[in-house]
Amino acid sequence: MPMDDAVRKQILDSIPSLRAFAISLCGNVDRADDLVQETMVRAIANIDSFQPGTNMPAWLFTILRNHFRSEYRKRRREVEDADGHYADTLKSQPEQQGHIEFGEFREALSQLPTDQREALILVGASGFSYEEAAQICGCAIGTIKSRVNRARNRLAELLQVRDGDDFGPDEQTRAVLASGE
Amino acid sequence: MDTGAARAKKHDAKPAKLGREVQARLGQQLRSMYDEVVGQGVPDRFADLLSQLDNKDNKDRQ
Repeated sequence: MPMDDAVRKQILDSIPSLRAFAISLCGNVDRADDLVQETMVRAIANIDSFQPGTNMPAWLFTILRNHFRSEYRKRRREVEDADGHYADTLKSQPEQQGHIEFGEFREALSQLPTDQREALILVGASGFSYEEAAQICGCAIGTIKSRVNRARNRLAELLQVRDGDDFGPDEQTRAVLASGE
Repeated sequence: MDTGAARAKKHDAKPAKLGREVQARLGQQLRSMYDEVVGQGVPDRFADLLSQLDNKDNKDRQ
């Protein structure tokens, strides 16, 4: 049966933010795109379980998030030095994607525990409410709030930002450009 | 006891609350990184995949 046009459009419209979520989550564009692809395949295979009129982005994010978590657990079992490997993929990322100005930020983000990272991205960048983020992650609203807080504190610590400090893409871009890019 | 648990939790959490300015900067940084990807739109790969997965464009239907 062909998909409903409205549903099809909702899926298409969600792809840019699904990719942004996946890239922020795993730090690797190729892997992120595989996650998005797998999410689409699963979503369409299970489209009957989507209730029209409910939150399509939240539904898709939930699929992607769960898939990422199970992949991540598998990978951890397979590759003992997952962290080192992850750090390497991050280093090759900036030039490849023209994301130089976010290099330092990405690296800090990647050092957060996964549950804190996903909570922070969902609330701080994807624009989901605490309630929606809690649904996506399958936990209580209070848990999301405390994860977001811990994520922010840790990021500030890693990036050594304090009130009044110079901080931001501009300064970082200049530093990278000055170092010969 | 409740109070003991609460105190233990508090001890675990960061004592200092982040300033608004820091929070705003971190948020801005996170959003610009995210929005840069959003701005890339839908890569052909995914538009094609959707058509492929959607029976509408399936050759079987003719």
